[in-house]
Amino acid sequence: MTDTATLTGPTGPRPKKALSPRNIMLYGTLIVVSLYYLLPLYVMIVTSLKGMPEIRLGNIFSPPVEVTFQPWVKAWAEACTGINCDGLSRGFWNSVRILIPSVLVSVSIASITGYVLSMWRFKGSEIFFAILLLGAFIPYQVLLYPVVIVLRELGLYGSLTGLVVVHTIFGMPINVLLFRNYFVTLPEELFKAARVDGAGFWRIFVFIILPMSLPIFVVSMIIQVTGIWNDFLFGVVYTRPENYPMTVQLNNIVNSVQGVQEYNVNMAATLLTGLVPLTVYFFSGKLFVRGIAAGAVKG
Amino acid sequence: MTKNSVEIRNLDLSFGAVKVLQNLDLDIHDGEFLVLLGSSGCGKSTLLNCIAGLLEVTGGQIFIKGHNVTWKEPNERGIGMVFQSYALYPQMTVRGNLSFGLKNARMPKPEIEERVKRASEILQIEPLLDRKPGALSGGQRQRVAIGRALVRDVDVFLFDEPLSNLDAKLRADLRVELKRLHEQLDNTMIYVTHDQVEAMTLADRIAIMKDGKIMQLDSPAEIYNRPRNLYVAGFIGSPAMNFIEGNIAGNTFTSGDLSVPVGDYDYMSGGAHDGAAILGVRPEHVLTDDMLPSADMTAKVKADLVEPMGADTLVWTSLEGHPFRFRMDGQAHVKSGDEITIGFNLTRISLFDPKTEDRL
Ligand SMILES: Nc1ncnc2c1ncn2[C@@H]1O[C@H](COP(=O)(O)OP(=O)(O)OP(=O)(O)O)[C@@H](O)[C@H]1O
Ligand SMILES: [Mg+2]
Repeated sequence: MTDTATLTGPTGPRPKKALSPRNIMLYGTLIVVSLYYLLPLYVMIVTSLKGMPEIRLGNIFSPPVEVTFQPWVKAWAEACTGINCDGLSRGFWNSVRILIPSVLVSVSIASITGYVLSMWRFKGSEIFFAILLLGAFIPYQVLLYPVVIVLRELGLYGSLTGLVVVHTIFGMPINVLLFRNYFVTLPEELFKAARVDGAGFWRIFVFIILPMSLPIFVVSMIIQVTGIWNDFLFGVVYTRPENYPMTVQLNNIVNSVQGVQEYNVNMAATLLTGLVPLTVYFFSGKLFVRGIAAGAVKG
Repeated sequence: MTKNSVEIRNLDLSFGAVKVLQNLDLDIHDGEFLVLLGSSGCGKSTLLNCIAGLLEVTGGQIFIKGHNVTWKEPNERGIGMVFQSYALYPQMTVRGNLSFGLKNARMPKPEIEERVKRASEILQIEPLLDRKPGALSGGQRQRVAIGRALVRDVDVFLFDEPLSNLDAKLRADLRVELKRLHEQLDNTMIYVTHDQVEAMTLADRIAIMKDGKIMQLDSPAEIYNRPRNLYVAGFIGSPAMNFIEGNIAGNTFTSGDLSVPVGDYDYMSGGAHDGAAILGVRPEHVLTDDMLPSADMTAKVKADLVEPMGADTLVWTSLEGHPFRFRMDGQAHVKSGDEITIGFNLTRISLFDPKTEDRL
């Protein structure tokens, strides 16, 4: 009796129903939400591949009858932004020249500051941290003009270096917070052991802390890359036209008042500008989530 | 003359307003195995961190091998430290862990290899050298942690509860290994624990700490047999010592109907004592049955509760209103409600002054 019961009763893993109400709800919601975000992207892509006559027909959802890459070429190399008519390429390279030093400098300084605030506390380091955090709550607009004056006095106003400095400083609060909160979760005894082993400030950082902190570096990099790449305000305020980042040039193309609105070029230009942050998210999404979760555990 | 390996003079340490260590003096002999024993929060780790140089002292001095190291960095003190959580560098292999300190000291490669080899032989971790700590068991990790101190050829080993993360069996094994290691190396070892068995078995001397002060520093036998004060008496031994409050008058301790002649008691300060006193006797020093003839005095008690534990039997009773426990043979036939005659020997009791709580 009991033998047959054990043979015929539930055995092994419970079978999962593919169409349970829970799954329908879950995937239904996910599909709706993805459509909501993907539809505009779709419209942009198809529009950017159409010629102007086709666009004037007004069927924004229909795929292009005749695929043309001319708008992309024009957006990249020929569109007029203010005085120059060499497309977004100039802005792209400006943005790259702003992005790379800004990200490297801000992530380095933020990580070292976070390291000091978590492992090498000094008298008043808590107050220092509190003040730094306060910086995160001050609206940028308030500081816009004072920073102009400071940069002018330093002779950096209008230059790329000036913009790099601005990005580094404004990225400090959030990134230091991120690093500090991650580093305090690392076991204190590890740090003590390294000191007994004779490692100093830099050797502990490089050989002990860095190898354990990859996720948080990725998070910080992503925040900085996307933040700096998407920045418009600082770019327009603190640089001269020949140094304008891509976002500012995009605005100049899309908002230009002369001539006809070339929607296909606008779409292509917008997609080109968004490509960098998009790629970054695409390739590091997993690390990003892991890093955020790891940093959030302990204050 | 025994030379001192570590000397601590007037050590003070406070965290802000909290005074953790006050005016602490401690001399640790060369090659000695000293155990710091005390309840949680009494400042054992703090003291160890001060010796290691990981905490800056608020006052006082620390000498290691005759050098004043009070202002020295941890790595300049000739100490190695083993932590409770092992604190192995997770991204390095075992070999990397062992050689990190030597690389920091810019030691030439061949010598590093030589030392890593020697230490891994002593600790029997050669097959593990190329693994990461994540792929080791708790016992193996602890061995690597010890190895990290070993390769640096230090004078003084500091252990902060190194075995408390291990299971009971492994703890017993590693305890024996540690003892063997100490005999082999002959370094000074300072070992923090709150495990009495570890303290009694490993130590040459035990320092019992309470609230940042050392209550008694003596050999395990001395601490067990002649506790210097009530705290030490109650802290060491499991189950704890029985205490009976009473009075001494004319060489007799009385408490209710109980009277114990204490004329032959070995007073600490030589002279006899009159007045209030506390008599302490360990459960395992209470005599019963055929041991009774050798007792200096006897009394009758009624068993309230009997706990047979195999090797022995623990009996809970009360004596003159004080809870009283004693041990009998494991084969003793007693049950609760039985009347039992007990006795004790004068050489096996302790007397304390209730006011100062010191041993008489
Ligand atoms: N960073 C700190 N700031 C303030 N107080 C501290 C700090 N570290 C320790 N203390 C306090 O100092 C006292 C001694 O702590 P310590 O870690 O030395 O205890 P311990 O004897 O090692 O205890 P355990 O057996 O639990 O490890 C405790 O009361 C603790 O609260
Ligand atoms: Mg401790």
